Amino acid sequence: MTTREHDASVYEQVQESSEFQELKRAFRRWTFPMTVAFLVWYLLYVVLSGWARGFMGIKLLGDINVGLVFGLLQFVSTFLIAWAYARHAERKLDPIADKLRHEVEEKTQ
Amino acid sequence: MSSTTLGMILFLTFVAATLAITFWASRQTKTAADYYAGGRSFSGVQNGLAIGGDYMSAASFLGIAGIIALSGYDGFLYSIGFLVAWLVALLLVAELMRNSGKFTMADVLAFRMSPRPVRTAAGVSTIVVSIFYLLAQMVGAGALVGLLLGITGEAGKAWTIVGVGALMIVYVVFGGMKGTTWVQIVKAVLLMGGAALVTLLVLGKFGFNLSGLLGQAAAVSGPKANPESFLIPGLKYGTEAQGLAGKIDLVSLGLALVLGTAGLPHILIRFYTVPTAKDARKSVLWGIGIIGVFYLLTLVLGFGAAALVGKDAIVAGDKAGNTAAPMLAQQIGEDIFGPVGGTLLLAFIGAVAFATILAVVAGLTLASSSSFSHDLYAHVFKRGQASERQEVVVARLSALVIGAVAIGLGILAQGQNVAFLVALAFAVAASGNLPAILFSLFWKRFNTAGAVSAIYGGLVSALLLVIFSPVVSGGETALFKTADFVLFPLSNPGIVSIPLGFLFGWLGTVLSKEYNAAKYAEIEVRSLTGVGAEKATEH
Repeated sequence: MTTREHDASVYEQVQESSEFQELKRAFRRWTFPMTVAFLVWYLLYVVLSGWARGFMGIKLLGDINVGLVFGLLQFVSTFLIAWAYARHAERKLDPIADKLRHEVEEKTQ
Repeated sequence: MSSTTLGMILFLTFVAATLAITFWASRQTKTAADYYAGGRSFSGVQNGLAIGGDYMSAASFLGIAGIIALSGYDGFLYSIGFLVAWLVALLLVAELMRNSGKFTMADVLAFRMSPRPVRTAAGVSTIVVSIFYLLAQMVGAGALVGLLLGITGEAGKAWTIVGVGALMIVYVVFGGMKGTTWVQIVKAVLLMGGAALVTLLVLGKFGFNLSGLLGQAAAVSGPKANPESFLIPGLKYGTEAQGLAGKIDLVSLGLALVLGTAGLPHILIRFYTVPTAKDARKSVLWGIGIIGVFYLLTLVLGFGAAALVGKDAIVAGDKAGNTAAPMLAQQIGEDIFGPVGGTLLLAFIGAVAFATILAVVAGLTLASSSSFSHDLYAHVFKRGQASERQEVVVARLSALVIGAVAIGLGILAQGQNVAFLVALAFAVAASGNLPAILFSLFWKRFNTAGAVSAIYGGLVSALLLVIFSPVVSGGETALFKTADFVLFPLSNPGIVSIPLGFLFGWLGTVLSKEYNAAKYAEIEVRSLTGVGAEKATEH
């Protein structure tokens, strides 16, 4: 067993390493803007539901109107973003995270 | 055989099966990790189903279908907020939390802070949010039983609440997280199956022509003067009559729905039931798929009920429309398979509705009792000196007490309009818990004062705003009809209380000098890489 101080210094070393910084950047550069994007897209939908009811009521196909399609697009965008995140995480995040985890676990054993 | 007898038989079958699961789970539950986190041994798919089972409450199943059946499009607004919210959980919370926490939400918050004040705040907030949510479900159960199983009168409803509460206590006390998770998995499969079956029958009746379904729904149940308005927003939330305040209220509700999910304690502890962060990711992906499909089904159920049962008949069954989905099941079953089909389908959907309530209340009881035992008892009262065995005993006892309190409050609140409690639970979670979680994970400078002020600040502002809102006093639909102490015009506090929660978190942080670089390095490295994450237990 190692002492807690030793652990802490290992964590600080990892935190400063260029690989960890790359992982952190790859995580934040994808998730932060995407979070802003889907929140804005969702709020746009809510605001249009409140203030642009004429627009939401425009019929596209029979009784299917803009409002319904807009709502269904929120489902589509949610599914797509979830899928894209999983792909990004598998390709860009998991390999670095796995490598760093193994390195730290070896050092602290 | 009547549908109520058949419904009762189906429901009792579900109860017998879940009790058998609970008995099996109780024999597998030995350590604290077993009780709190199901030994972290569930697969991503299993936990994804359980996430669906935990999240798709009677309010989403019966409530949203009912809102759509009576007010058309507006029910859809609710379900979209509930779904998009899962992206916050997926992108920012689930994996990092699995990597850095152990049993409760507070584990992540207390990681680099002074543990006692932070755990106290997180424990209080967890219990408050869960009790609100629990109370809404309990009162709903009492109201439903009269409609579905033909039990009427105050005494019958009270006994139903006692029965639901007793079952929920048994699941949690004996089954712990393992038993509760399996109950949620079974329920999720039944609920999806039932909703999909009725949806297919409805769509089949309309020759899979969605436009035809919508047109008939608007013609039968829309306002006589303007049937078209049934298919656009504005009949229930932010109506033109409510003016600007109503529309801002709509945005406020939307904010609470989309930001609340990732701060709900009973949802957060689900991420601990899988072996790794990758499984947590996989379970949220499955959860999003299941929940998304489910809300698409409720869209058809709601408009189907509007088209085939009709608003007048639904309102005669229940003013809030909660019986729209079961009534639709009976109608479509009868249309296609004759009276026996109608009876069968109604009985099945009724039993599914009860299974839904049971699974959700069990999840809530587990979350609040876990937090009481792990945060308040073990870390605050015992200062981290409690043994694992003591912790599990206290967790079981507190599940019993919380269950009893929920039964008592549920009986007292019978007949009250408590539907706002679900929205309030989301608002508190978004205003207090979410800022604390996000700041803990991503803000280097964040500290004890910041975490404590975010949680209490968000919690208290959301509560105060609701107390002084039109929900509680001053009107026919309010909790207290005769009093009037309205100071805040919106029914939903989110648009004010969520920014306030983040502001309190920031202010508390910068006013305190505390800062621990080494601990921040540890949580940052652990949360992103999974170093030192809790492992699954072996059996």
